[in-house]
Amino acid sequence: MHENPRNMTQGQFSFLPPLTDDQIKAQIAYAIKQGFAVSVEFTDDPHPRNTYWEMWCQPMFDTKDPAAVMLEVNECRKTWGANHYIKVQAFDNARWRESVAMSFIVNRPKYEPGLALARQEGPGRSIHYTVHSYATDKPRGERYK
Amino acid sequence: MTDQSPEKSEGAQAFPDSFDLEGEFARSNVQAVLEKLDRELVGLAPVKQRIREIAALLLVDKARRSMGLETGAPTLHMSFTGNPGTGKTTVALRMAEILKNLGYVRQGHLISVTRDDLVGQYIGHTAPKTREVIKKAMGGVLFIDEAYYLYKPENERDYGAEAIEILLQVMENQRDDLVVILAGYANRMEVFFQSNPGFRSRIAHHIDFPDYSEKELMSIAQLMVDAQHYVLTPEAQKVLRDYIPRRMKMPHFANARSMRNALDRAKLRQANRLFGRKDRTNLTRHDLTTIEAEDLLQSRVFQV
Repeated sequence: MHENPRNMTQGQFSFLPPLTDDQIKAQIAYAIKQGFAVSVEFTDDPHPRNTYWEMWCQPMFDTKDPAAVMLEVNECRKTWGANHYIKVQAFDNARWRESVAMSFIVNRPKYEPGLALARQEGPGRSIHYTVHSYATDKPRGERYK
Repeated sequence: MTDQSPEKSEGAQAFPDSFDLEGEFARSNVQAVLEKLDRELVGLAPVKQRIREIAALLLVDKARRSMGLETGAPTLHMSFTGNPGTGKTTVALRMAEILKNLGYVRQGHLISVTRDDLVGQYIGHTAPKTREVIKKAMGGVLFIDEAYYLYKPENERDYGAEAIEILLQVMENQRDDLVVILAGYANRMEVFFQSNPGFRSRIAHHIDFPDYSEKELMSIAQLMVDAQHYVLTPEAQKVLRDYIPRRMKMPHFANARSMRNALDRAKLRQANRLFGRKDRTNLTRHDLTTIEAEDLLQSRVFQV
């Protein structure tokens, strides 16, 4: 299943081996064809439920070609790529949908320490489970170094 | 893009012995675009010749690549020099179409910008602004009108230099994704290239747009009149023929654009004339489409 069982999974394709640049371009081309606004975001908080990442640039509402998005992805990789996750999102502004239609990871830190299972005891011996990323024990910016 | 270049991993791949240049030419639909260019643009013989040459080069390049001959991605950035109103923007639009048909740009759209669209107003404003424009133009053609305004030698802290730097970088590194066309007056472009040698070396095709002759301007005006469903009376035609050399001698003459403006003003006067008529109740089709000599004669060109 996983290439590396410690990989964070989130959005589309995250159980697959990392996408190549050509595959990323093809996905972006699809998004543009659908009329979605594509954006690039990054984070170093890899919790699977952390959906609000930092924006790298403004969402690209009127780009016609995937090369434009790849330009931003590569710029973002240059700045944050070594120790951050980067994802590409596509926003569908169609009435009644108006939400993120696609989201996939395009960059991972070189080493991902993975997630721990944390247990919390509740009343009546019940147990609540959650995941906790080893990386987030350190402050922002110092994770994945 | 990748689908045009032969797979390098399959070294022993068999390449076809022959290439159907005629068939490829027909498939690419370039002939139709070239014919359209011939039909819609009067004169400009040297420009049309150059475009035909570029189209031929790109087609042969494609043929060579299909036989596995290494050619390297051709540089397609161009500079269009010429006086105002000589058709630079129109030809750039056609160029985008030709490049799209030949598969050298993917989308074939044209983004036309000037200095204001590229250069910001404060520190840190220029780079994102330029990048925004470049992103919009990706997969198509970026047309920079009056490109020499980007470079202001008298102000060494001018932000234009930053825009130039980003442009040069993209022109070099993303030749597959973007074609840049610089346009402007010939002598000022020459100065611009001299002070920015990086641009000159990255531009493969310099095309010079000649001024139109009187006769050509007349047929341009005729084309415009036809396209807008107006008719010039024989007298009006005579007046217009007289108008052209007078207008050419005046300052701020802008070739085809001046013709369009002259016709726009004639249309205005025609509307005014019709409105001032006593029998406004029964205008005929003929009235609405005809431009009379008097509509043109009122021009200030005849008053000096």
